[in-house]
Amino acid sequence: MERTETLLAVVIGAPVASAAYILCAEAALRRLAPGRQRLVRPWLWVGPALLLLVVFLVYPVVDTLALSFRDAAGRTWVGFANYRIALSDPDTLRALWNTMLWVVGFTGLSVGFGLAVAVLADRVRYEAVVKAIVFLPMALSFTAAGVIWKFVYEFRPAGAPQIGALNALLVAIVPGFTPRAWLTLSPENTPLLIAVGVWIWTGFCAVVLSAALKNVPRELIEAARIDGAGDARVFRQVQLPGIAPVVASIAITMLVTALKVFDVVYVMTSGNYGTDVVANRMYSELFTFRHPGRASALAAILLVGTIPLVVAVMRRAAREDAFR
Amino acid sequence: MGKGLAALAWVACALLFAACARPGTTGGARGGAVSVLGVWGGSELDSFRAMVKPFETRTGITVQYEGTRDLNAVLTARVQGGHPPDLAALPGPGQIAELARAGSLKPLDHAVDPGEMAREYTRTWIDLGSVGGRLYSIVIKTAVKGLVWYDPHTWAAAGYQVPSTWGQLLSLTQAIASGGKTAWCVGLESGAATGWPATDWIEILLLRAAGPGVYEQWYRHEIPWTDPRVRAAWQRFGQIAANPKNVYGGTPAELATNFGQAPFPMFVTPPGCYMHLQATFIQDFIHTQYPQLQPGRDVAFFPFPTIAPAYATDVEVAGDLVGMFNDTPQARALVRYLATAAAQEIWVKRGAALSPNRGVPLTAYPDSLSRRAAEMLVTSDAARFDASDMMPQAVTDAFYKATLDYVRDPARLTEILRRLEQVSRENYK
Repeated sequence: MERTETLLAVVIGAPVASAAYILCAEAALRRLAPGRQRLVRPWLWVGPALLLLVVFLVYPVVDTLALSFRDAAGRTWVGFANYRIALSDPDTLRALWNTMLWVVGFTGLSVGFGLAVAVLADRVRYEAVVKAIVFLPMALSFTAAGVIWKFVYEFRPAGAPQIGALNALLVAIVPGFTPRAWLTLSPENTPLLIAVGVWIWTGFCAVVLSAALKNVPRELIEAARIDGAGDARVFRQVQLPGIAPVVASIAITMLVTALKVFDVVYVMTSGNYGTDVVANRMYSELFTFRHPGRASALAAILLVGTIPLVVAVMRRAAREDAFR
Repeated sequence: MGKGLAALAWVACALLFAACARPGTTGGARGGAVSVLGVWGGSELDSFRAMVKPFETRTGITVQYEGTRDLNAVLTARVQGGHPPDLAALPGPGQIAELARAGSLKPLDHAVDPGEMAREYTRTWIDLGSVGGRLYSIVIKTAVKGLVWYDPHTWAAAGYQVPSTWGQLLSLTQAIASGGKTAWCVGLESGAATGWPATDWIEILLLRAAGPGVYEQWYRHEIPWTDPRVRAAWQRFGQIAANPKNVYGGTPAELATNFGQAPFPMFVTPPGCYMHLQATFIQDFIHTQYPQLQPGRDVAFFPFPTIAPAYATDVEVAGDLVGMFNDTPQARALVRYLATAAAQEIWVKRGAALSPNRGVPLTAYPDSLSRRAAEMLVTSDAARFDASDMMPQAVTDAFYKATLDYVRDPARLTEILRRLEQVSRENYK
């Protein structure tokens, strides 16, 4: 009962309250001079959203940074000790290295495969079907995909029925192949985890890049073909430059996703066998070791790592329409 | 249109206010609710529900159970967020100690009757739930660890005898290996806690070889990880588990097989292995997979063999401890109820649980195996709790991961122990 009432109150009340706020704000604005109105109006309209942003984004960031300079109990000031420990601990350094692997591998492969699918699908009649199939994994969360692929990489000793798709396939087609416990093998396991991420996100890249490809003016391509350019040259010198802004934007999106990756690693290996990433490490520090100081230090390091990307995105957005 | 919208706005605000201002569900002395956080799900949850049903009927208090496999994360978040559950079922006195020292757990002085506790529990169990002399948690169910499970049929067919000493166990393992078969099934995978079955091995080996005194010094970090007795326990573990010839499927299977599925190869034809070290709760897993197997006849266990005769009957136990975060009358009532023999007997009767309460008769146990384990509990000279549950969380985690490193490369033992020593020094307070 209580839940239904709350649900109704929110579903009806929230939009109506927002509308009421706008009405009241406009009514108040009408009292001001037109010049003043133009100055104040944007702040009133953006006000609630800005407030939510400050409360749920700015304040936690400031609080996290403050926490990163304190000890495990969150009280005593310890200066840069947490950062020093974070950057000297071999497990954390391994996690940072793996995160870099994710950044390079995941971004490169999903954008690369996405581009390949976009270009090749452009030429066939069943393009929509292909794109739909490739896009399908996007319906899954990283966690669900992690569970599925954990079964794919499942190990059973030789002679026992293979329930892991990868081992089953290799045992069937490669003569004399003994099944391997893929997720426990380092360094093969991190690329295998990256493959899961790529499997999910290639569809997204493909769909967006396909749309961008279609926006390259036909006349340019036709002119190039008339001048005698083959497919490869058309791609390299006409299509690619045309979609370059979109490729850059997609790459930045994938980069940020790679920096954040947690679920896949947590579900499939719990960070064992050398697969740990920064986000998983942050989770362990906070919830397993109960050291919010060190967890916050890792979060701050991640934040600093994303700042260049944020700046790049903002610059690009200011310069031109990113998805033209 | 403006007037209509304004009216709607007022209605909406009123509704929102009403929803937010609704009072909580704190009832009077009779009735009300108590929230419990635990890891149980499936049949374990059914057993817990059955256990609290008489309490709910008698007092009218509703028990609101919330289950999560990731207890650590949820509990930490809720405690730090300032709205912890009323009660939580935790697997380790080490965690209880950490939470009690941080002030999150409330002492149970007024929740349970000390006279009743003294009558129904031995000093060991009361001390386990206490921190600094005050009672902070009660043990509601327990399990015996360090039991070697086997299939009596395959043993009879092969002519094997149950070993009573470590030497005999090793010889048996080697004899099976020389016959081209693997003696042991070992499975270490368990999500975020992968490696804990290996820690059980090391713990029972240390307990058997060096005794309860050294065992306690070890988990209290009064002796270092590099101590020769601790090292010897690891090496004995390695003699069996780090040798691929002794383990079904070799090292990959050991690392990748989930603990709950590890014993299954014992019961297929031809058997993949002959022995499996695990606690009493594995019986439930085996029963679910092979319901036709009769406990005692088709599946049985023998206690871990002797290393030093003085410590031959020492038992390693584990259990679920319930601690109280909010001192409400309902929470106190539930804690008091959960400590009684009547409550614990309910779960015991359903199987896969042992009770430390002296008031629970041996006849309450549903099969010969659990009765035997309960007897071991009662008649042992010394019972010690699972050491990895007694250590600070960070050390436990490092311990789990260290066993994985050791199994993959036993030559790195010195380095592994040194690293564990370093982690311990940073985390023991």
